[in-house]
Amino acid sequence: MIKVQQQDFDVNSEIKNITSLNKNIGGTGIFIGNVREGINSNLKSMTLEHYPKMTEKQLEKINNEAKTRWNLIDSLIIHRYGKLYPGDQIVLVATFSEHRNDALKACEFLIDWLKTKAPFWKLEESDEGNVWVEEKTSDISAANKW
Amino acid sequence: MQIKYFSWVKEQIGVDTENITLNDGIETVIDLINHLKNKSENYNKAFKDTSIIRCAVNMEVTNLDQKINNNDEIAFFPPMTGG
Repeated sequence: MIKVQQQDFDVNSEIKNITSLNKNIGGTGIFIGNVREGINSNLKSMTLEHYPKMTEKQLEKINNEAKTRWNLIDSLIIHRYGKLYPGDQIVLVATFSEHRNDALKACEFLIDWLKTKAPFWKLEESDEGNVWVEEKTSDISAANKW
Repeated sequence: MQIKYFSWVKEQIGVDTENITLNDGIETVIDLINHLKNKSENYNKAFKDTSIIRCAVNMEVTNLDQKINNNDEIAFFPPMTGG
């Protein structure tokens, strides 16, 4: 399931909503991304812009790709947009399988791919001004390894 | 055709969406970029370095030599930074 939303999410209830429906789930891989305040604690806020409809479409594609590569019972991606503050949750990737290997590998794959393939852009706001976050070569390498 | 802009591309151009009708001779994304660059200095600045511009045609990321037509939805934006 894909959810693109402004509001925060509760990881525990999101996971239980899925595990309660399928008693064959033996392992859940979870990644939670949060807004960092930065080395000098200078980040005031971060605004995430996205391309509605394309975001859902691309996340669905990435999610389907994970399902073809690993044996998943279910998967969940929640990605927030709008104005967020240091410590806020940005993204949840959760993968559900019978055994841990499929869940953990698929979870890592999903977060690596959505970093560079989901149409989000981050504007960091601090006292020094506003800066659009640039693509990192380490994120490109992480996506390419799959 | 509808054109959408995001992130700093939108800021530099000054609009988030516009509708245009393709003229003869505009067959690909790069043709469209060259056409837009002639509109004003803002466009010219935004599209100055096409190596840092990404394009989606009908919500799929494409190369700049992708063929386009009047029914397409085109979007221009910098490299994506999700997660």
